[in-house]
Amino acid sequence: MASPRRADRASRFDLALVQFAPVKGDIDANFGGIGAALSALAAAKQPFPDVVVFPEATLSGYFVEGGVRDVALSARAALRRLNDVAATSLGKKRRPFDVVLGFYELELGKLYNSALYATLGPEPELRHVHRKLFLPTYGVFDEERFVSRGRRIEVFQTKHGPAAILICEDAVHSLATTVAALGGAEIVYIPSASPGRGMEDGEPSNVRLWREILRVAAAEHGMFFAYAGLVGFEGGKGFTGASKLVGPFGDLRVEAPFLGPALVRAAVNFEDVTVARAALPALGDLEANLSELIRQLDQRSSKLDLHKSKAKKKRR
Amino acid sequence: MKYRTVVEADKRADQLAIDPVLVERWLVAFLRDELVRRRRIEKAVVGVSGGVDSAAVAYLCARALGPKNVLGVRMPYKSSSPQSRRHGLLVVEATGIADVEIDISAAVDGYLATEPDASAQRRGNVMARTRMIVLFDQSAKIGGLPIGTGNKSERMFGYFTWHGDDSPPINPLGDLFKTQVWQLARHLGVPKQIVSKPATADLIRGQTDEEDLGITYELADRILDRILTGYSSADIIAQGFDAKDVALVERKVGATHWKRHLATTAMLSATAINEFYLRPVDY
Repeated sequence: MASPRRADRASRFDLALVQFAPVKGDIDANFGGIGAALSALAAAKQPFPDVVVFPEATLSGYFVEGGVRDVALSARAALRRLNDVAATSLGKKRRPFDVVLGFYELELGKLYNSALYATLGPEPELRHVHRKLFLPTYGVFDEERFVSRGRRIEVFQTKHGPAAILICEDAVHSLATTVAALGGAEIVYIPSASPGRGMEDGEPSNVRLWREILRVAAAEHGMFFAYAGLVGFEGGKGFTGASKLVGPFGDLRVEAPFLGPALVRAAVNFEDVTVARAALPALGDLEANLSELIRQLDQRSSKLDLHKSKAKKKRR
Repeated sequence: MKYRTVVEADKRADQLAIDPVLVERWLVAFLRDELVRRRRIEKAVVGVSGGVDSAAVAYLCARALGPKNVLGVRMPYKSSSPQSRRHGLLVVEATGIADVEIDISAAVDGYLATEPDASAQRRGNVMARTRMIVLFDQSAKIGGLPIGTGNKSERMFGYFTWHGDDSPPINPLGDLFKTQVWQLARHLGVPKQIVSKPATADLIRGQTDEEDLGITYELADRILDRILTGYSSADIIAQGFDAKDVALVERKVGATHWKRHLATTAMLSATAINEFYLRPVDY
């Protein structure tokens, strides 16, 4: 008898991660680059992928500072152009496929660092827009100066199963991946832009850190992580691609080199999620303890609030 | 029961170690990306002084762009050490880059004839700024870009001529301490006599960096690294460094923040450039 869960989603699908080097601030050129990447995927020996993932800030480059106003566009506008580009570059061979794309978003006068999930084809459909919650604003990063925070991590349904998107630092926070897992996601797409630093041993240390973070989170939650990294240098800061698929056993399935553009191909089999979660039912155990843990967190957060309001009174 | 004792390694002692293979790969990619991909410029111009910094940059540029696309410009002044000239030629020969020697004595002396009482420091600054004029002009001549050679130690100490040797628009070495440049240079194959000789700006006869600075690079870099990482001077001293050395380094860093920035511009509006109007360098 087939498992009822299996009916929820296709058990297997083909994934492509596009390790992309954008032209700074040039949206037209970058849509052109997306078209070229899709053409390269279509020309490959493998069948065209079911889901194609592009990195964070693909349409503009990452460090745009106040230029974010010039390069931001609405998710609907991004979808329209994506679909046009796909139609032009793939022509009649095209069948519907899904895409994840990181871009700076303009919505109701506010700017966000966002990623969309859409189905492209004769009837394009925007399935989800994730707005980055954790905006790094330290050291080389200054995101919160230029864009607003997203507020929610949503799990959304796709033809290829329940998914979530986290953008770069979002996925560094174990609580964020936990929220995605508890929400039912079996795969998390991570468009990212990680500047390389720490040149002591074989590879930039941020590459190692990302691999470790994702492997640990994947093993804990028994889920896939599909990480697509931006590449190229922006004002002396070089991004480390190292685009990767991590499996639900915490196993690194494939990883691109950290320098230069690349197309990463991999197969996702959601049966692995079932097997992994049976072998290490940490997510189930968490669900069992969740209400008590949330109660403790609530208490702590009320104490923090109380502390804050007392401090405010003192200042007055 | 017999216990095996396992002791934490002293990580801080090795903090300045780099993986030179990785750094070479990274900097070659950086040079190609900044010059060719972004600016569509195929040629680089390097002022080859005979010192280790410019030697390392010449090697990196030759690997990134091909030696034929790199012009080494040797710019002696009449008081420059003959050893600098010999070492500059060694770099040119070893890398196979194109080479030109432009003696800056006439240009420097032409100006200084009107300033006969200029101090040694002023004369050194005139030389450094004259060399920049030459480098930018040679770059314009061949459609290339001057490549900087300043390292992190001298940048942190302000041990350079403002708008002189810091002015090239691209610098592969600026985030490497001097001791890290030595590691990289050894890996790149820079001749031993260049890597191991005392560093000198060669602006004044017989000067060395370490005498000018009053501290060795080996010691200064370890203190600088701790300061940049965020340790307090009390903690750095507690880690075993001499209070006088720590104070010297802090003083030099603290007195030269201005040298690591462009001109201070009076702000009058809510659209002041680089204050409100913010666009990255590569936008």
